[in-house]
Amino acid sequence: MRILALLRGIGLALCLALVALPAAAQDARPLPDEIVTRFLADSFGDTEAAIGAVAASGAPQAADMLQALGDRRLFISASAKGLFYRDGAGKGFDARTGQPADVPADASAVRLNNRLRGVVQAALGTLTLLSPDPVQRLRAAESVFKSRDPAALPAIEQALARETNARIRNVFEEARAAIIIADTKAPEASRMAAASRIAETGDQDGLALLRQLSAQATGNLKSVIESSIQTIERRQQIRQAGQTVWFGISLGSVLLLAAIGLAITFGVMGVINMAHGEMVMIGAYVTFMTQEVFRARFPHLLDWSLPIAIPLAFIITGLVGVLIERGVIRFLYGRPLETLLATFGVSLILQQAVRSWFGPTNREVSAPSYMSGSFEFIGLQITYGRLWIVVFTLVVFFALLLLLKATPLGLQMRAVTQNRRMAASMGIRTRFVDAMTFGLGSGIAGIAGVALSQIDNVSPNLGQNYIIDSFMVVVFGGVGNLWGTLISAFTLGIANKLLEPFAGAVLGKIIILVLLILFIQKRPRGLFALKGRAVEQ
Amino acid sequence: MTNMSFTRRGVLGAALGGAAVMASGVRPVFAQGAPIKVGILHSLSGTMAISETTLKDVMLMLIEQQNAKGGLLGRKLEAVVVDPASNWPLFAEKARELISQHKVSATFGCWTSVSRKSVLPVFKELNNILFYPVQYEGEESERNVFYTGAAPNQQAIPAVDYLMSKDGGEAKRWVLAGTDYVYPRTTNKILEAYLLAKGVAKEDIMINYTPFGHSDWQTIVSDIKKFGSAGKKTAVVSTINGDANVPFYKELGNQGIKATDIPVVAFSVGEEELAGIDTKPLVGHLAAWNYFQSVKNPVNEAFIKSWKAFKKNDKAVTNDPMEAHVIGFNMWVKAVEKVGTVDIDKVIDTLPGIEAPNLTGGVSKMLPNHHITKPVLIGEVRGDGQFDVVWQTKDLVPGDAWTDHLEGSKDLEADWVTLKCGNYNTKLKKCG
Repeated sequence: MRILALLRGIGLALCLALVALPAAAQDARPLPDEIVTRFLADSFGDTEAAIGAVAASGAPQAADMLQALGDRRLFISASAKGLFYRDGAGKGFDARTGQPADVPADASAVRLNNRLRGVVQAALGTLTLLSPDPVQRLRAAESVFKSRDPAALPAIEQALARETNARIRNVFEEARAAIIIADTKAPEASRMAAASRIAETGDQDGLALLRQLSAQATGNLKSVIESSIQTIERRQQIRQAGQTVWFGISLGSVLLLAAIGLAITFGVMGVINMAHGEMVMIGAYVTFMTQEVFRARFPHLLDWSLPIAIPLAFIITGLVGVLIERGVIRFLYGRPLETLLATFGVSLILQQAVRSWFGPTNREVSAPSYMSGSFEFIGLQITYGRLWIVVFTLVVFFALLLLLKATPLGLQMRAVTQNRRMAASMGIRTRFVDAMTFGLGSGIAGIAGVALSQIDNVSPNLGQNYIIDSFMVVVFGGVGNLWGTLISAFTLGIANKLLEPFAGAVLGKIIILVLLILFIQKRPRGLFALKGRAVEQ
Repeated sequence: MTNMSFTRRGVLGAALGGAAVMASGVRPVFAQGAPIKVGILHSLSGTMAISETTLKDVMLMLIEQQNAKGGLLGRKLEAVVVDPASNWPLFAEKARELISQHKVSATFGCWTSVSRKSVLPVFKELNNILFYPVQYEGEESERNVFYTGAAPNQQAIPAVDYLMSKDGGEAKRWVLAGTDYVYPRTTNKILEAYLLAKGVAKEDIMINYTPFGHSDWQTIVSDIKKFGSAGKKTAVVSTINGDANVPFYKELGNQGIKATDIPVVAFSVGEEELAGIDTKPLVGHLAAWNYFQSVKNPVNEAFIKSWKAFKKNDKAVTNDPMEAHVIGFNMWVKAVEKVGTVDIDKVIDTLPGIEAPNLTGGVSKMLPNHHITKPVLIGEVRGDGQFDVVWQTKDLVPGDAWTDHLEGSKDLEADWVTLKCGNYNTKLKKCG
């Protein structure tokens, strides 16, 4: 309640400030000393009061100050008994006067907790509704929607009148509706209209608001709110189904990406390669190292480190793959059990080597700006990171398909795996082709590592999480069939996500495994079995 | 032949080296008695290496520092490091090796509860001392084990109390999310009982378990979002362990769940875990521990300084289980000095009542139930991967081995001083 009262105060002050804005801009009078003393006290209660006072002061630097406070850029200095902030670029200001100043060395950031962070956001929302920056306006409208401060209503109306951006307009309208519907003093008719307005475009947050109000509402208003809730719920249900399918596709693309290299080494060559996961892991570490180099040398190009890591990861893991093939696997062709044990050994060696070299703890690979955050698409919330991974997986898949079907190397690979002796008689260097094929499979696993570094831990154990799933995908899809791998990965991904809401993550995984075992009983060669002589050997 | 000469050369070299030391006048400080051996039982390979390796290092540092101060009882301390490789049965074998073969006087080790359970019979049978430094689910008190990590009443319950308070956001609806094994299951059972007793309705509690190393959090995070939109303030209590945390937090950030909307309080995420994540989207999410690196006091600053010097890495972080080892080691040293011997039974009997400073500015005490007193701190994630302490208990909280919130456990009492029993039933007035 205290927050609400405070907010109301802020809103009122804002209305005054709006009127007085030209005057305030002309003579920048310093903030009252009381605000500084309160911040210096460094207790959450005092900070809360100070935030209210800053927002109500009408000082031109108030919005910048509150923004700085939210980002831990507002500092108190005991020695100078002063309050300072830095702007986004790191330039220092004296918060009291708003004039540029050096931030003292002993300055420490003003602490916040979640409750105060909410207060800051609400105050900032009301202060920045008229900001020229559309991103800030959108954020302001969203925080007003959450705070539902009735005193912000005039400001919203004013902002709405001059808003041209349709998306922001929509959020403004929702925010206005939220204020009206939550205001018990507003006339019932307009509250009912507000409920219908929220039902029109409302999502999860609108639902939360209506549910909260329906408990207190009575009579006609209650029934309008209830029906609005139902409207949103129906819409949410359809979205939910779409969301589940999207989650499935996204999980499927991760499975496919992890399995695609194995589809070459295990699927095409028939090598039971337990070190496959470690190739993925090495690819992720290459990404980490690339990013470290960029961070140290070219910080402004950091966003480019990921695309550059892709060819690097391919080459390095490909070389490691060729080394493993030349050093270990070539002596073991046709002896699957020994291959399994040997590659398992290789996998342990690689893991421990990485652990000794980089340490056992996780390494941070940061997400480039184009892979952070999410957007809404016909009501589905889609995260950029996942979307890029789906696109990337499909690109890698089709590039690989093209390589196998349309290049001389691909032709030789297929020839050697189908009939080694015949291929050798035709003059193909089968050993060279073996090494290249294994290198290709490993290199693609390395590329997978680049993408997986974005969603998983970059740690020595990274590969182990994917090895079982990868084998599952390849076996289910039909060994030696790339299209089978594609379909199998997406089938498993979507099935997993359909089961998860009902069965839970643990049981869901078990059910999938049981179904898979039953399926393999019926069709031992998987979804798309290869036919012909190659299979009989 | 080569082997022979090699050995001979080795012996010769050692003798020469020894002579050189003598001749140059640098006499070994520890003239009398064989070194006192201290076992270190932490995984250095396998999945748990990520957490346990630093604990091995901190023990090595403490032993080195103690030796620089002149050792213990005038004898040198010698660390015996073994690697149980994140393999639970191997923990028992390695514990046996430490006690029977190396004759250690105390062992510092284990992380997961299952590894602790696996070594318990060995420590009982061979009568030795284990210091266990990790927060755990409680419901245990053994004569041979000293629990320097938090019991549920020193971490989970205060964290929930904080979220219910005004500053914590007055949460009314709860998601208990955990990894599927003994610690999260027991903790969540205790928390559920506690929440129900506090008047939270059954349908306002959502419990969710995921497998170890779970990496696809899309569905669960979107479920949490949905659960949180019922018009009541919602909070998530996370007992998600180890590797699964990074993708979980990444997904939270991506789906835009902000701490001001749905705060997540974690019991297994410390500075070490955050080192692998870009924490900017996570600012404001919480963790409950008994220690944070960012705590400001001279003892902690000195410890951080020596740790960074020991690791030769200016970015090395410290965390809660490390502090537990510091407290445990100092308590053991004091107990041995007090009783004047490393005799196992005498040290076990001396330890309760021993006090040692913790790194948050207080003095922790070993209790008769083999748990210690600690402060409880709630920290908020900062953009730089450290925590800001936003709340802490006024006094130190004594660890309670048997929780008061579960049937069957609330009548039990652990007291190794007067009752000589780890599970004394106060109703039936008998042990066991």
